[in-house]
Amino acid sequence: MNIVVCVKQIPDPAAPQALDASHNLDRSGKLILDEADTYGVEMALQLVDKAGTGEVTVVSMCSASDVAGLRNALAMGAAKAIVVSDDSLRGTDALGTAKVLAAVIRRVNPDLVLAATESSDGYTGTTPVQVAELLGLPSITFAKSVAIDGSTVKVERQTEAGYDEVAAPLPALVTVTAGVVEPRYASFKGIMAAKNKPLEVLSIADLGLAGETGPTGARQEITDVVAAESRAAGEKHVDDGDGAEKIVSFLESIKVL
Amino acid sequence: MTLATIWVVVEPSNGSLTTTSLELLTHARTFGATVAAITWGDSGSSLAALCGEYGAATLYDVGALNGALPGVPVAAAIVQLVTSQGAPDAILIPASYDGRDIAGRLSARLDRPVLTNVTGLSDDGGLVTEHPVFGGTQTVKARFTGEGPGIIVVRAKSFAAESAGGSSATVVAAPAGDAGSSAGATITTSHVEERTGPKLEDATVVVSGGRGLGEADKYALIEEVAKLLHGAAGASRAIVDAGWVPYSHQVGQTGKTVKPAVYIACGISGATQHMVGMKGSKNIVAINKDPDAPIFQIADFGIVGDVHKVLPALIAALKARG
Repeated sequence: MNIVVCVKQIPDPAAPQALDASHNLDRSGKLILDEADTYGVEMALQLVDKAGTGEVTVVSMCSASDVAGLRNALAMGAAKAIVVSDDSLRGTDALGTAKVLAAVIRRVNPDLVLAATESSDGYTGTTPVQVAELLGLPSITFAKSVAIDGSTVKVERQTEAGYDEVAAPLPALVTVTAGVVEPRYASFKGIMAAKNKPLEVLSIADLGLAGETGPTGARQEITDVVAAESRAAGEKHVDDGDGAEKIVSFLESIKVL
Repeated sequence: MTLATIWVVVEPSNGSLTTTSLELLTHARTFGATVAAITWGDSGSSLAALCGEYGAATLYDVGALNGALPGVPVAAAIVQLVTSQGAPDAILIPASYDGRDIAGRLSARLDRPVLTNVTGLSDDGGLVTEHPVFGGTQTVKARFTGEGPGIIVVRAKSFAAESAGGSSATVVAAPAGDAGSSAGATITTSHVEERTGPKLEDATVVVSGGRGLGEADKYALIEEVAKLLHGAAGASRAIVDAGWVPYSHQVGQTGKTVKPAVYIACGISGATQHMVGMKGSKNIVAINKDPDAPIFQIADFGIVGDVHKVLPALIAALKARG
């Protein structure tokens, strides 16, 4: 059971966020492994462990100058990382990203590809399915549990009404929601081992994707960024045991009660 | 450039269409273009009257999917429609579980980019999309620069759903045909979680809980207040990720968008992730221990206090009213 997990390094969501002059997200600060990706890494490690054979490869598109987030995935237990790093990637959209990731995954030829449902910076939420389509793989999105049964992947998929049990033949791609598993913390031993694990760096030329990425490949542009209509803060009271009564009065004033 | 044709993917739900689908049909017809709807499932043709009422001239019916997840077959059917009918100016798709699958599949099959998380759409010599960023404090405007059709994924509640009183849409069969090697994801069993009270996205009152509740058991306080106010119970991403409540309760960027008459945030600090899903509420009430919590910056009525004291008192007060 060889599994590829697509991961992304993002600016710390807890820090202030900004767009740069060309309307790209400012990524100049320290980058971290998107927490949403830790669930996929953990799920992959558990599935490989259960299969008793195979390994987990993390694949990412990012600058090779800051890979601390990928080392974190290796420290959790992934065997190796492949990074596509190229100046021409700046401004690449979701489909261009999918083309890059699909080209890398094709080289690894795994049994299963895992990804988060969306990244916690761009939130586009289509890249994994685009990857699946480019690879000609079936996909099951929004998994809240994942199990392998022979050559079939069985998933409990979140729905509006509850959940569906969905099955697909391997190889396949699955996107996992947070909470599908509890991600482990990297151990000291894991962190030390990660320093020596293979981290392969590829360029766009290596993948034969010149012209498909960057702003030209994106075929879309941001025309403007404006301040959204803001809400003003209203009344604020410190609870002196009468907070509940005050809420009831407010609800009466807006005719909810 | 005048918009000539817009296609809207409309999602079947219990023999009707999802509200977001009707919102998209309503907005699509404001551009003066010919609107066609695309649906699937067992009741396709019976939806022609509803699609027509909301402005669609044609309803392309992919038909029964026999358990297949919609993403692959519906995208395959749309690709065939583009070939047989010519490309529309835009394809609007609801931001739902299946809508996102369809958009991703379609984008890769047509080799066309996709714009997602759209909350506004206008015609300015071509379609201009609006996307909330950084918790909805800023709005990004974007447009496609290449050959169409542009694929646009729109968030729920971005537009009002209003009937135009149109006559029934003409139904045209649009089978998926052979979807290729990417087909094969099949639903074997569906589970419906029991729910009492109104749906989160339809409720006039939403009571949501966050980390400030301290532990999973305390979510019962949220459910009780919601029940007493005939509302629905929501949650922040933090407690969904922690496994306290199911994902279906999540309000925010990655969860549901709600716009109730009143939103009561209990023990929720107000991460940007959360704000984008609820800042369109008519009124916002916040209860939080931390007087500097960001949620107070957008709350119409704030109580700086401990949810473990305020919520039981609120429950008692609401019960006393009968």
